[in-house]
Amino acid sequence: MSDFFTIALFASALHLAVPIILPMLGGLLCERSGVINIGLEGMMLGGAFGAVAFSYVTGNPWLGLLGAVGTGLLSGVILATMSVLLRGDQVIGATAINLVGAGLTAALVPIIWGIDGTTPSVPKVPTPELPFVGQIPLVGPLLAELSAIDLVAFALVGAVWWVLMRTDMGLRLRACGESAAAADAAGIDVTRVRFIAVTLSGVLAALGGAYLSIVTLDLFQASMTQGRGFLALAAMVFGKWRVGPAFLVCLGFGLADAIALRAQIFTHDLPHDLLFALPYVLALVALATFVGRATGPADVGKPFRRA
Amino acid sequence: MSGAPENQIPAIHLAGIDKRFGAVHANRAIDLRVAPGSIHGLLGENGAGKSTLMKILFGMIHADAGTVEIDGAPVSFRSSAEALAAGIGMVQQHFSLIGAFSVVENLIMGRAQGSALSRLTRKLDLPAAAARAAELSERFGFGIDPWAKVSTLSVGARQKVEILKALWGGARTLVLDEPTAALSPPEADELYAVLEKLRAEGRTIVLISHKMPEVMRLCDRVTVLRDGAVVGNAEISARDTTDPKVRAELEARMVDMMIGRESPALPDRAPQEGPLILDVRGLSDGHRLGPLDLQLHGGEIVAVVGVEGNGQSELVDLLMGLSKPTDGLIAIDNRNVTDWSTQKRLAAGIAHISEDRHASGVANDMSLADNASIGYLDGEPFSPGPWYLAWRDRVRFTEVLIERHKVRTPSALLPMSSLSGGNQQKLVVGRELARSPRLMVAAQPTRGLDIGSASAVHHALLGLRERGAAVLLLSLDLAEVFALADRLVVLRKGQIAGAMTAAEFDIDQIGRWMSGAQDTTPDTTPATAPRKQEVA
Ligand SMILES: Nc1ncnc2c1ncn2[C@@H]1O[C@H](COP(=O)(O)OP(=O)(O)OP(=O)(O)O)[C@@H](O)[C@H]1O
Ligand SMILES: [Mg+2]
Repeated sequence: MSDFFTIALFASALHLAVPIILPMLGGLLCERSGVINIGLEGMMLGGAFGAVAFSYVTGNPWLGLLGAVGTGLLSGVILATMSVLLRGDQVIGATAINLVGAGLTAALVPIIWGIDGTTPSVPKVPTPELPFVGQIPLVGPLLAELSAIDLVAFALVGAVWWVLMRTDMGLRLRACGESAAAADAAGIDVTRVRFIAVTLSGVLAALGGAYLSIVTLDLFQASMTQGRGFLALAAMVFGKWRVGPAFLVCLGFGLADAIALRAQIFTHDLPHDLLFALPYVLALVALATFVGRATGPADVGKPFRRA
Repeated sequence: MSGAPENQIPAIHLAGIDKRFGAVHANRAIDLRVAPGSIHGLLGENGAGKSTLMKILFGMIHADAGTVEIDGAPVSFRSSAEALAAGIGMVQQHFSLIGAFSVVENLIMGRAQGSALSRLTRKLDLPAAAARAAELSERFGFGIDPWAKVSTLSVGARQKVEILKALWGGARTLVLDEPTAALSPPEADELYAVLEKLRAEGRTIVLISHKMPEVMRLCDRVTVLRDGAVVGNAEISARDTTDPKVRAELEARMVDMMIGRESPALPDRAPQEGPLILDVRGLSDGHRLGPLDLQLHGGEIVAVVGVEGNGQSELVDLLMGLSKPTDGLIAIDNRNVTDWSTQKRLAAGIAHISEDRHASGVANDMSLADNASIGYLDGEPFSPGPWYLAWRDRVRFTEVLIERHKVRTPSALLPMSSLSGGNQQKLVVGRELARSPRLMVAAQPTRGLDIGSASAVHHALLGLRERGAAVLLLSLDLAEVFALADRLVVLRKGQIAGAMTAAEFDIDQIGRWMSGAQDTTPDTTPATAPRKQEVA
């Protein structure tokens, strides 16, 4: 068993957690501001595609990341316009994002590259090894397996927590999610706060998609996010809309994914599909059992309108 | 203090304010001048347009026409943030605090200054804000813990937090929309002292109220609205508030301006003998209530009085099946209903006017028709079968309620949130009265109602009594209790501290029971004559 639980396994767990963590942060910001966002999956696909397309066209993977930010802004602004400005049904708006995100990206692949399904390789973001970290006792060997990009993603967790829980902007955002009317009476521009939060969630989700397409891999494949946007939502709900716990749940999902991958190497008797369903099964079981009554921000899902 | 406001620059000057909500003309060319350093009363029936006018001043609603001047300078607030920055604070009619936040978070939210970057990165200094909150709370004798989570506070404490919030930015002008509607008389007295202190400091206050004694005590001048228009102003000088005759005349004049008629006197009531309807024995929630015994007979109104938080809400929750007792029995018409669901109890003939209509009485985003028929959906008249709601009948029923209780609205299909506060209350009360209950549990039934509407509800409750129903009345308003109840019990620390019949009503004794002070004259003197009180 000791060669099953190796450093490599945990490192792969962290790698697999990053593309869940980023959309989770986006979803959390969005919902704490009072807007339901089940469109993370579509936003991720957009980001994954945008990153590959920009990297392909410019030949520069960093511009590819910028492209992902662009598609994230676009999908975020579209959802924010539908659900915050026009006060449409938030679930329907986000569902539309998912459908369009999946459909449009799949349709654009043959148009740009002339082949169906998977794009050819594009320049991928280099993942430089971190100098010196190998010497740190205990966690050193694990950290040595990570790249600077991973660390940036983990730092974002801390940053989101800080802003949300410790700063004035965070207090405003949470106020909008708890009671839009109270926030309005306190002079907070609810529409603006929510618009920004939704847009930001688009960017974070898109970066999660880009991580899959041009950091882990170097290509885009239709539906390559494989439900990670929904896993991110599940992690947020498990974590009861709190950054720390939701982050831990993401790590748990990453570990489940890593175990499934590794078990594939170790055993040949278990059906692979079942193994890869592991995180989703975990999510379902947890949602149905010990999470219990998970109540989000009090005003989530309710469009805000002034008289 | 009441000097002619024309000679000085008004602290607030609204001119020609006009506002329509669809078919409703909420404000019609309203002019209002408020003298600096005065308390200005804003009176009028439910739906007269008071809250709308003040929300326009506060930048929360945009007027269709009209101008606003503060201290002589024209302003045009696009949001409450701008009004706050201009030194105006407002306490909304409905609580606008966030229950999940601490007091101090509620106070500082939206208030931080500085660049966007610093507000995004710099840590909020909560301890400093808490120290300031404690100091402010100390100054007005509020005794509020700045770190307490708002959802754990009593209604009275929340009202104080609202006032702290309005004063937080150093507001020179304060708008208070029915600040005492949910307060007990001693709490209201504390608030009056605070308002007088604020006036003495030179601040300007606009007070919206339906309570005439409060208006007479505090206001220097009043403006009365009806149907969205100003119908008159009145000065209240110190002489008026002390001379009972002048005072009564002035009050009558203001009431006349408000509702254009006198509210009909309550009918005389003969004592009635009815069967036992509600029988509560040894009831306890294991925490805040009980053990408690209480019997109600048909044709009887029994009031439960006491300082808020002494078990009243727990009693109501247990009676309605909203929580489970740890001990004791509840019987209705000799049937043990202790383990019954709320639904089954409603079907057995209990009706319930809930204390806080926003927490449990209405769904704000649903239509009036939906709200009016909630709780009726499991049987006649609106669900002839299990798969089918008689939509048309529900709308018609709602229209009957609207008509009967003079709810001001153009349509039964509008959302509940479009009604003024008092009109929401009228619809809830109407819905519960329409059940023709055997037992009516009425908690603060006239909260936020204007004088005419409150009187109509009093008549309706007496009508239930006349028809042999039992009414359990929970009220903070002793005048209301004296006017309606056949009997009262005083609840203190979850137990009955004392009881008296209508003939024995004695406000001093009730006060002693409420506060737990020792009874100084035990049974040696006959009960003092009841004080006659007018119902507000
Ligand atoms: N957002 C809204 N949409 C539609 N109609 C509204 C809205 N707000 C208020 N109204 C209507 O405007 C009128 C005035 O309402 P307002 O709340 O100002 O009354 P009010 O004088 O404060 O009454 P109350 O004493 O009951 O609080 C009412 O008829 C109300 O139904
Ligand atoms: Mg009002």
